[in-house]
Amino acid sequence: MMALRERALVSPRSVPSLPKHVRIQYDPVRQAFAVLSPEKIFWPNDISLDILRRCDGRSTVGHIIAGLAADYDAEQEAVAADVVAFLQEWSDKLLVKL
Amino acid sequence: MSEPLLPPIGMLAELTHRCPLQCPYCSNPLELLKANRELDTQTWLGLFSQAADLGVLQVHLSGGEPTLRRDLEQLIAGLSARGVYTNLITAGVGIAEGRIEAFAEAGLDHLQLSFQGARPATTDRIGNHKGGHEKKLETARRARAAGLPLTINAPIHRHNIEEVPEFIELALSLGAERLEIANVQYAGWALTNRDQLMPERAAVDRQAEIVAAARERLTGIMNIDFVTPDYFAIYPKPCMGGWARDAFMVAPDGTVLPCHAAQTIPSLSFERFGPRSLAEIWTDSPAFNAFRGTDWMQQPCRSCERREIDWGGCRCQAMAIAGDAAATDPACAKSPIHARMAMLIDEAQRAAAIPSNDEQFVYRRIGVVTEPA
Ligand code: SF4
Ligand code: SF4
Repeated sequence: MMALRERALVSPRSVPSLPKHVRIQYDPVRQAFAVLSPEKIFWPNDISLDILRRCDGRSTVGHIIAGLAADYDAEQEAVAADVVAFLQEWSDKLLVKL
Repeated sequence: MSEPLLPPIGMLAELTHRCPLQCPYCSNPLELLKANRELDTQTWLGLFSQAADLGVLQVHLSGGEPTLRRDLEQLIAGLSARGVYTNLITAGVGIAEGRIEAFAEAGLDHLQLSFQGARPATTDRIGNHKGGHEKKLETARRARAAGLPLTINAPIHRHNIEEVPEFIELALSLGAERLEIANVQYAGWALTNRDQLMPERAAVDRQAEIVAAARERLTGIMNIDFVTPDYFAIYPKPCMGGWARDAFMVAPDGTVLPCHAAQTIPSLSFERFGPRSLAEIWTDSPAFNAFRGTDWMQQPCRSCERREIDWGGCRCQAMAIAGDAAATDPACAKSPIHARMAMLIDEAQRAAAIPSNDEQFVYRRIGVVTEPA
């Protein structure tokens, strides 16, 4: 039986991960990281890549935000808005699981 | 060439033309190759390895019916060992017990399963294969049980366009991540059967509304990709993302092609893998260079601001309808013969209105058609 599916909304307690059909891979030909998915290939910039790499199925969104704010020496609130928007967009495209 | 040559990202490997189904819109060429013309396992593996070296990140394993290749597990494993993302495109009938699990084990990343109809009777009639629908449902269940991500592919035409809402429900009920509502492209067998397949304008408009509403409703639940019908369009599609720009395909005998229908362009000749390496073909083949970039374009494409968005559309459609592979795709409203598309739609409606014509498909079969119709 199929479980009823609903749109997931990002919250600080969400624990994001990459679904099985999505993977990050280094491409030696183009010397860049690619995100591979069933139809499309994405070329994330450094910050997007940093967010995606932290979607390890263990860290909460709150954790991820704190970690990024520390690494980039930035205000948590500013980072939070960007990270939440990014994860919501990727979750809506089923590229990130919440 | 006005821009530097980039490495290819994607490859469609048509492993075989053999197929248990006979869809009248099949994108394979009319002259289907028999099994004895297919590349052997080692040659495919060598080709895949060259593709990975060249920069290919994603391979779609297709056909015909790719699972008829008994070495499919081995081919998947070869790609997987090189980190290539593998997508199996299957009709999902007659796959032996245990094989789907073996594909998953070999490293398959994703499975795309076609349904000719959302209703069993439609699927069986369009594919000309009794009991096909039931087998497909079983394939979907087995794929999910093996942990494989699933796309349902629904090729749309006049005989199933009213089933679009049911396709959406079907894909949801099967637990698919993705649904492709793909209006048939009139090349290959679909061109032969165009009058039989062409939908009505009102049905096309209704379909667009249904898909838009479903996309909104299913955001974050299931992705719906919508391949709109060319003949009803204002702008053409960037066929293959531009001729020989970032993808190519390989026929069962190793002929390397810029797209499915490229062999319908009589002025081009194509090279086979084996005598030539993939890199040589990608870089130097005159057929690949014929329509690369924008230098080959005529007006109105040449000075159009969309020329690097849609790359002038489909060369094979230009060939089929304008009689010139370098013409603007007639699907474009700026094409001087764009009006011909509307005429072809009307012609098809008139032909379909004659009761004796209804569903007189030329089913796809080896040896049925030897000369392009
Ligand atoms: S379109 Fe139909 S006939 Fe053609 S390969 Fe696919 S399943 Fe077979
Ligand atoms: S004129 Fe050519 S480039 Fe411009 S939109 Fe039409 S097909 Fe595309």
